[in-house]
Amino acid sequence: MIPAPFDYLRPATRAEAIAALRDRGEDAKVLAGGQSLIPLLRLRLAAPTALVDISRIEGLRGVHRAGDTLVIGAATSHDEVLRHPLVTEHCPLLAQAVGTVADPAVRHRGTLGGALAHADPAGDLPAVAVALEAQLVLAGPAGERTVPAGEFFVDYLETVLQQDELLTEIRVPVPGTGWGTHYEKFHRVAQAWAIVGVAALIRRDGDTITDARIGLTNMGPTPVRARAVEQALLGTSVHNGGIAAAAEYAAEGTAPTGDLAAQPDYRRHLARVLTRRAVERAAGTRGTAEPVTAG
Amino acid sequence: MARIDVTVDGVRYTDEVEPRTLLVHYLRERLGKVGTPIGCDTSSCGACTVHLDGISVKSCTVLAVQADGGQITTIEGLAPNGELHRMQQAFHDNHALQCGYCTPGMIMAAVDLLRTNPDPTNQEIRDGLEGNLCRCTGYQNIVRAVRAAAATPTGVTG
Repeated sequence: MIPAPFDYLRPATRAEAIAALRDRGEDAKVLAGGQSLIPLLRLRLAAPTALVDISRIEGLRGVHRAGDTLVIGAATSHDEVLRHPLVTEHCPLLAQAVGTVADPAVRHRGTLGGALAHADPAGDLPAVAVALEAQLVLAGPAGERTVPAGEFFVDYLETVLQQDELLTEIRVPVPGTGWGTHYEKFHRVAQAWAIVGVAALIRRDGDTITDARIGLTNMGPTPVRARAVEQALLGTSVHNGGIAAAAEYAAEGTAPTGDLAAQPDYRRHLARVLTRRAVERAAGTRGTAEPVTAG
Repeated sequence: MARIDVTVDGVRYTDEVEPRTLLVHYLRERLGKVGTPIGCDTSSCGACTVHLDGISVKSCTVLAVQADGGQITTIEGLAPNGELHRMQQAFHDNHALQCGYCTPGMIMAAVDLLRTNPDPTNQEIRDGLEGNLCRCTGYQNIVRAVRAAAATPTGVTG
């Protein structure tokens, strides 16, 4: 299938990209790796009249460390993210979750910023960004602003990004000592979207959980924190069933949809089961076997 | 129209293309590189996998304009001197194809897998080829072929 016609713009700088987005208005779309956008164009589910290709803008790619923060350029490919030594050392949760996105060829083209800006509720990385308490840097005509990942996602495929704004950086706080992490994904077949996913960061002091952050994928139109589970885990022993009891709260405050893969009540069930597994693996009390796949 | 300058299988081309032209359509219809098939057209099957600047991409999910300035290798460019690439030879030796439709993409993805992991386990091969579907379900021999290729010394072609 062939996309509807569009103009193709390839700005050399951020300022040119922002100006192009402002000039072309609502019918312009940002093209980064294109791994979500091009399928939509081909199916004609989207028909923008202009694509602004940001892939060759200087300084939008790469990973570096600034103090206690990992700074990841928005146009850094999934493959670069998951192999980058700073990411594997300081943010293994992100490397692990990125490694579950689609397949190698898609990961070569798709970008971290693109996956966040696209804001698909079944995408893995929004919930991971929320659980990591990442900060997202948005550049617009008036300059930059920084938005916490938890406030970035507004609704289905919708973020706080304005038409003339560009996501430029993802800033991930490097966790201190004592943290364990895991992303638990349930999907129907290899390379499929998550039916439900759970990103867990657990901090232990001995056998006691002292901090917990949990993000849920595909349990509503936006990624959500499982706050009730996080609260219930505080002060709990990693043994004796405390994690399983806390995980029972995983579906609280969620609004999952039904589709061909799963009905809402099944998604709520999965959220509870997968949260228990994710927390146990993050806490190191369960083997780190491959995520269980149905079918 | 947009002007693109690409090198495909060692030959440089300068062409005017519509921005909406997919790379796979450019390769097949403009350059006649029909060795790269279109399978699902939804980024799922991997039949159209080629290398862009040395890494595997699904050419149905890349615009020709995005490849501007790039080096593209298709299955047709893998054996430039008439001698099969070690991966092609291994697929031949291990009967790693049935209908053959997925084979060009499977081979291009497998070559790329060995670039990053020169000696993969069976499970790593299966994970590495998860973006390539064989509807004949001939995966056993495909995995065998990739292992055989990995055990073959790298020659001039790969």
